[in-house]
Amino acid sequence: MFKFKKSSYVMTTVLAAGLLLSACGSNNGGSGGASSSPANTGTNTESAAPASSPAADKKIVLGFSQIGAESGWRDAETQSIKDTFGNDPQFELKFSDAQQKQENQIKAIRTFISQKVDAIALAPVVESGWETVLEEAKAANIPVFLLDRTVKVSDESLYTSFIGSDFILEGQNAAKTMIDQLGADKQVNIVELQGTVGASAANDRQKGFQEIVDANPNYKIIKSQSGDFTRAKGKEVMEAFLKSDGKNIQAVYAHNDDMALGAIQAIEEYGLKPGTDIFVVSVDGIKAAFEAIRDGKLNVTVECNPLLGPQLKQAILDYQAGQTLEKWIKSDEDVYFGQKAIDALPNRLY
Amino acid sequence: MSNTRRRAANIMHTKIIWPLTALAAILLFNLFFVPGFFHMEIKDGHLFGSLIDILNRAAPIMVIAIGMTLVIAKEGIDISVGSVLAIAGAVAISLIGVVPLWMAIGAALIVGALCGLWNGVLIAYLGIQPMVGTLILMTVGRGIAQLITEGKVLTTDSKSYGFIGKGFFLGLPFSIFIAAFVFLLVLYLKKRTALGLFLEATGTNKVSSEYAGVEPRKIYLFVYIVCGLCAAIAGLLVSSNISSADANNAGLWIELDAILAVVIGGTSMRGGRFFLAGTVIGALFIQSLTTTIYSMGVPPERIMVVKAIVVIIVSLMQSDRFRQMFQQKSKKAVIG
Repeated sequence: MFKFKKSSYVMTTVLAAGLLLSACGSNNGGSGGASSSPANTGTNTESAAPASSPAADKKIVLGFSQIGAESGWRDAETQSIKDTFGNDPQFELKFSDAQQKQENQIKAIRTFISQKVDAIALAPVVESGWETVLEEAKAANIPVFLLDRTVKVSDESLYTSFIGSDFILEGQNAAKTMIDQLGADKQVNIVELQGTVGASAANDRQKGFQEIVDANPNYKIIKSQSGDFTRAKGKEVMEAFLKSDGKNIQAVYAHNDDMALGAIQAIEEYGLKPGTDIFVVSVDGIKAAFEAIRDGKLNVTVECNPLLGPQLKQAILDYQAGQTLEKWIKSDEDVYFGQKAIDALPNRLY
Repeated sequence: MSNTRRRAANIMHTKIIWPLTALAAILLFNLFFVPGFFHMEIKDGHLFGSLIDILNRAAPIMVIAIGMTLVIAKEGIDISVGSVLAIAGAVAISLIGVVPLWMAIGAALIVGALCGLWNGVLIAYLGIQPMVGTLILMTVGRGIAQLITEGKVLTTDSKSYGFIGKGFFLGLPFSIFIAAFVFLLVLYLKKRTALGLFLEATGTNKVSSEYAGVEPRKIYLFVYIVCGLCAAIAGLLVSSNISSADANNAGLWIELDAILAVVIGGTSMRGGRFFLAGTVIGALFIQSLTTTIYSMGVPPERIMVVKAIVVIIVSLMQSDRFRQMFQQKSKKAVIG
């Protein structure tokens, strides 16, 4: 989910798909069957109705349109949904992989509507351009749940709930845990490795962190630079920070684990001990970060949870029971450090 | 008097003077505005400081830019180098531990050469335009790298592999020796072999060189293979520096830096004569600029603007027409 900067990469992927004639349009997972022509979805619902309506009495049918499989984080999310709904006899899951294309997602949603599913889950690839298809879903009385990213629509009632992380809270938790661990009255100079410029995860993680740090006069962010969410850039930027500020740096805050892992290498090569001489805190909670905590090189990782399946299931059940749902259901997220991280390591899936 | 002036004018017309001036300017800037930039010490038996970082970080760009110089000298371009870099890194890291280290490295280099061969066949033998031909590998390359890494960031503990990208030899980063080796090898090919003559001949005039008995297609194929090989070497440097292979992000946009290094170095995009030393200086300049920006603490959202302004200035300095305009103006001012 942290590949926001890759609009052009997405474009090239699209190009590649086109060049290879991979016919993305037709292999939308297992869900493509009912409506072959999206233009007349409104009329050809009858043909799908006999097949799906008897089943719908017993099972709750969920249509899930996933962006693709561009990162381990997203794979974990897909797996969580498949495990939660695939193994539950109460539910039937229709999964569609959009291969990074919005048009595939829109097609998938229209197919779901024509199949009269009971709920639609959507991890939107981009923010805009969803109004029409969401209106169609609303007209068909199908609740739409947004996963991990939100959309820009003029009318918020077009979707039921957004289930995802609060990046500001993640930043705040990172700062709070750091201040707890180092002591509020200690003088600490922090360098920050930001995510890709303009990405919402980067903006909000910075904002939340800064809020907490600004409230404590002993803590200062002395340098802040983008490491593009990557290990290589994180290392390169940290290298430059160490050369210019060196022993003045007491802590590193990285907007994701990969950059922190790169920074750890830079600190080691500089001749200091990451985790001991320089406090390292990052966000995401990938498995490699837990291993780094075990090795004493990383101090804290704030989880950004992709395992949204259980919360989505609860939301759908609540909706069916007629309860009003929160517009933003914040994903269950935790902060890991020390023994807690070591204990959690064997269970990390991604 | 006129003699010295002519000599000065001659120096002004050698291509290397402009990248050198740019590099000198940026180092001078650092001398005044970035404290400790030139600070150098010996740590763990090797040199240590920002300048060393620049050399180490510039090595992959240098190697790729050398390959790119040859391609551009044929009026071509290879925008797939970033993807080839990612593939090579993925191949090497995924094979370490499975096969001996030298085989993993060899396999990565072979894969790089094969990628170059693919590009070369498309362009030289099937007549596809270089930009389009290499676009294919640019787009599918990261997908191939993803397949190799199974979508994960692969890591390795191999100390000997890590030596390639972060080890030190004679007090200097080992990577810079690799870059120097590539540079000297290509320079030798250019200056001391018939191949070098063919390279420039086909780039300058394909038709007449063909009548003269040179086979341009073979030469074209050769330069794309060399470029692929260079990208693979850079892939080894990059992946070994962080001991991991990241299919999505390794070498992202490095093709643009490499093209910029070639152009700053004075090689024309129209092909013909090429300047390997200029390219190397160009690569050093780009990396110095990046490191300077990081050490100065330029806000991340302004980095691209700062880079663009500097590149515009350097390009203007290189443009004969712009310099003429400038000289005429200053003459007028003197007369007026």
